[in-house]
Amino acid sequence: MSNISQEISQEKSETVLSPSKSIKLRISRSNPEAGTEEKFDEFVIPVEKYTTVLDAILNVKSHLDHSVAVRYSCRQASCGSCGMKINGKPKLACFTKVSELDTDTITVEPMDNFPIVRDLAVNFTRMFNNHKKVMPYVVRDDSEITPGTGVKEILQTPEDVDKYIQFSSCIKCGLCNSACPTMAMDTSFVGPQALAQAYRYIADTRDKGKNNRLKIIDESHGIWRCHFAGSCSQVCPKGVDPAMGIQLLRSYLLGLRD
Amino acid sequence: MMLMRESIVMKIHYGTAIGAVFLTVIHILMRMTQDFHESLEYENVIANYEMIGYAIMLELLLILISVHGFNGLRIILLEMRQGPTYEKAITYGCIASMAVLIAYGSRTIIMTSMGMT
Amino acid sequence: MEKENKAKEGIKGWINPTKYGKFGIERFAWILMRITGLGLLAYFIGHIYETSHILDGKAVWNASLELTQTTEGHIFLALVIGMCVFHTGNGIRLMLGQMGYGLGKPGRPDYPYKPQSLNMKGKACIYATIGLAALAMWYGMAVMFG
Repeated sequence: MSNISQEISQEKSETVLSPSKSIKLRISRSNPEAGTEEKFDEFVIPVEKYTTVLDAILNVKSHLDHSVAVRYSCRQASCGSCGMKINGKPKLACFTKVSELDTDTITVEPMDNFPIVRDLAVNFTRMFNNHKKVMPYVVRDDSEITPGTGVKEILQTPEDVDKYIQFSSCIKCGLCNSACPTMAMDTSFVGPQALAQAYRYIADTRDKGKNNRLKIIDESHGIWRCHFAGSCSQVCPKGVDPAMGIQLLRSYLLGLRD
Repeated sequence: MMLMRESIVMKIHYGTAIGAVFLTVIHILMRMTQDFHESLEYENVIANYEMIGYAIMLELLLILISVHGFNGLRIILLEMRQGPTYEKAITYGCIASMAVLIAYGSRTIIMTSMGMT
Repeated sequence: MEKENKAKEGIKGWINPTKYGKFGIERFAWILMRITGLGLLAYFIGHIYETSHILDGKAVWNASLELTQTTEGHIFLALVIGMCVFHTGNGIRLMLGQMGYGLGKPGRPDYPYKPQSLNMKGKACIYATIGLAALAMWYGMAVMFG
């Protein structure tokens, strides 16, 4: 124990200063409610090695223009609030370092396929409605919390868990819906986010709601409007791979899976 | 607008695709049995149609491609715009176009194979 | 509802070429599948009309054939061959994917979270299909130009 303490005390404490440089941040500004047209405001701001795009936007908000509207919360890719188009591709602002973009000009815009609230903040109502539509919870009559059903615990093997755990990482950030080419034209499409969640619960061995869920997504703007362009999986910041979930879900409807 | 469950429509879509691929290969191979230009000569084409097995295959191919093609068109159009009236028009429009094309193509196949040229 | 309807990218989301650089070859295959599908349907309708001239006698048949017996006609037919091969090859890839083949298995992904469903097998299929389509076009041209 004393050896360890000595080693720690012998460590040289050095503050590594990352070289600071400036970048141009172009922020899309619009307010549909007030009827203003979209325009871009440009700001020159200092950034360091680990500055994220969200840090850069908050820097603008703190020092240059307080009126920039941006939604954020956890700053660690857990809450799914800060999705936006960064240099044309949907990403989480808190999960994207300025340095990894490898450019001196960064353009941030609100996500495509969502109604704009103001500037970078978009309305998630449609996505949340579609999410609710696929019954994103374990459906069964008996459970450990239902008295009298006699169920104490529903066991799952690690292999059972592996079938759906990947899809339960979804943080509902909406990047997949923003990237999806079908969403770009079809306002009734249920979307990759909800479809991946439908698979997540159908693949769960505890769940008994498969038939109902399959019925919900088997309609003219449901699962069959996905054509496996894979853009949803390209942009998912949590490795959910919605495209895989959707294809696996389809094999249930094709009668290739029970 | 739902005439049948979308999964059934898509099973038909995939089934017609697989069938059409096989029959198209046979259709193209028939052109390869002789020189390409020669195979398109009037007498040779008539002879092709008069082979009853080949005529039935052409009829099947006509149906398979029409169903697959117009369902594909319906899918693209459904994704381009939404609304109950529009979707109804697209669905019935595609079915009607498919029926007209099948009828028109069948007329050629049946009349030619029966020697009514 | 009207506000919701405006909240879509529109046709730009389909045809904007920058999308294909950003979202990979799968997205390019998706738009190519649409274009070739529409192209093949248009050709099919034309083909049904053209072959119906067989009922009008030899002279009309020969006259209608003349349309495709030109250099432009042969290039057009070669394009049809290419569209047909790509649409077929990519269609088979999509069908296999939709049946659950070649997607990998769901598991516990690690950072940087490369999507398993967009794996090299699928990408290789798309490139191979494009290559096959080009080869078929070349062969078709060789046959047609004799």
